[in-house]
Amino acid sequence: MKEDPGFYDYWPYHNRPKITWPKGARLAFWVAPNIEFYELNPPNNPYRQAWPQPSPAVAGYSIRDYGNRVGHARQMDLLDKYSIRGSISLSTALCDHHPEIISACVERDWEFFSHGIYNTRYTYGMSIEQEKAMIRDSMLSIHKHTGQKCAGYLAPALSHSEHTLDLFAEVGTELFGNEGGFYTCDLFHDDQPTPIKLRSEKPFVSIPYSLEMNDTIAFAVNKIEPRRYGEQLKRNFDRLYEEGKQSGTIMCIPTHNYQVSCPHRLKAYEEALEYITGHSDVWVTTGKEIAEYFIENYYQTIQNDIAAKGRTL
Amino acid sequence: MSKDKQYLPEDYLHYDQRQYGMDHKRYPWSMLHQRQALTWPNGKSLAIWVNVAVQYFPLNQKGIPFKVPGGMTMPYPDLRHYSLRDYGNRVGIYRFLEAFDKYQVTPTFALNSRLAERIPYLLNLLKERKDEIICHGYHMDALHFAGQDSAVENALVDQALGKLRDLTGQEIKGWISPARNESENTPDILAKHNVEYFCDWVNDDMPYYFNTQNKPLIAMPLSNELEDRFVIASNQHSEQSWSEQVCDACDFLLEEAKTQGGRILALNIHPWLLGQPHRIQYLEDTLAYIMNKSGVWSASAGDIMTSWRQQNPV
Repeated sequence: MKEDPGFYDYWPYHNRPKITWPKGARLAFWVAPNIEFYELNPPNNPYRQAWPQPSPAVAGYSIRDYGNRVGHARQMDLLDKYSIRGSISLSTALCDHHPEIISACVERDWEFFSHGIYNTRYTYGMSIEQEKAMIRDSMLSIHKHTGQKCAGYLAPALSHSEHTLDLFAEVGTELFGNEGGFYTCDLFHDDQPTPIKLRSEKPFVSIPYSLEMNDTIAFAVNKIEPRRYGEQLKRNFDRLYEEGKQSGTIMCIPTHNYQVSCPHRLKAYEEALEYITGHSDVWVTTGKEIAEYFIENYYQTIQNDIAAKGRTL
Repeated sequence: MSKDKQYLPEDYLHYDQRQYGMDHKRYPWSMLHQRQALTWPNGKSLAIWVNVAVQYFPLNQKGIPFKVPGGMTMPYPDLRHYSLRDYGNRVGIYRFLEAFDKYQVTPTFALNSRLAERIPYLLNLLKERKDEIICHGYHMDALHFAGQDSAVENALVDQALGKLRDLTGQEIKGWISPARNESENTPDILAKHNVEYFCDWVNDDMPYYFNTQNKPLIAMPLSNELEDRFVIASNQHSEQSWSEQVCDACDFLLEEAKTQGGRILALNIHPWLLGQPHRIQYLEDTLAYIMNKSGVWSASAGDIMTSWRQQNPV
């Protein structure tokens, strides 16, 4: 085990080079619906239990199924209404289980990135070969069902190994060259993109995804009220929008259709989307487009700036 | 620390159920927005199902295989929790009844059969009201759980339903498991005992058919997320917030019903919780808000189920 994952050096949040998003925007806004499949009877993983009780875990399983049966269409309607294209964190087995959801998102030109195969199959305890095979399977599934070259990763149920980011980047290169596997949502250390140090020297970037704005963290972990969640989204936006005058910031809302699409939570969420997209200097975009733009325009500059500010010792 | 890390077996990457539809055979995959729109009686668009959990938590709780949420937590005798739950059935429920009558709400009472045995006064009162009674298991410590011997579970269902049918004279078509926990056999056993609908699964906002070894059950959508216990006791939200959440849900569902057909607002509430003097006002205000909307139909779970079934024959 390591003291530090070693992905990035310290980069203070002042005196940074100015990032400007397309059309002079100062905040890049993206919404990342997690579209997940949880198994009723997953195999045992000795490092993490999928459900609090032996199968059938009726409460846990059935509310997640609600997300796909009921919630997905509701959030999709809402994102259509505010012209937001979702960036889907996908349990890729869902391509097989629920292709109707996949095709509705393909029609809308939404982005798909890998969130593993099932959200009940954890990386913990996988050998390097197993993890690589799992990542490869997930990227190939996305390609087969959507034609997209998967650019981003969020490890299934946020379960990682020390090798996760390297393996993702390398499998991406094997399958799609520099067009696949170049950004991660797994790190929460910044409000701007960070070049990530990997063993291959491929340009690879961490795109802020936000645990704090994640509806599951808000509702199930922090247990906040729906209207307070809506307020937090607006305040998070206000500050990042203000600071974006200095240098472009990123706001992400990661969602789950079994949380935010419940009837008692959608109103507050909609108010926040309306508020955010009602501002002029916002680039409403996807995770992949942010990562591409950053790599194309700022990767080298930012890498140099980080190097100049001193290494982490 | 051992260097010989145990890796997962090969078959951890085998996915036997990776195919179209669900990973089990209990119900087919179906998206709500693609289903045929339905209308409630008299052209109403939102059915209001107020479900009152009338529960009995025994003092000598066994906690097999877990301590039921809301049950005893202190060393025996846990008088505080026993008596506070009892408060609901002695005091809180009378506040509920008054509120239902005032706002013309048709409630459904989910009774633990042991409570019906123990308190004839309350049982008779509920019978005289002619509101629908459904079975909430034998008592809150009589849990249904994975790995439970099916003969034992069968006897438990037999006892719970048999007693409640005898005592109420009602058919008892509906079921909610204590803690809404099930074994892998629960739906089969319920169907065998002529239960028509059950309310444990929360994967839909509308009823659907649930396969069993016997005839199919109807799964009725009783939200966990809007339940008073979940919102106020587990999430520690204020009573005010519970009320706002219910009103926001009501508005949303009425709006969705305009384009997608009839919807259900299901409120599972507990007299020991919302029946407290400092909370009852919020229930009253919430019921007033909902019942004042046009297009709402306050009905028993069984009537909602029957109307759905007429429009969705097997």
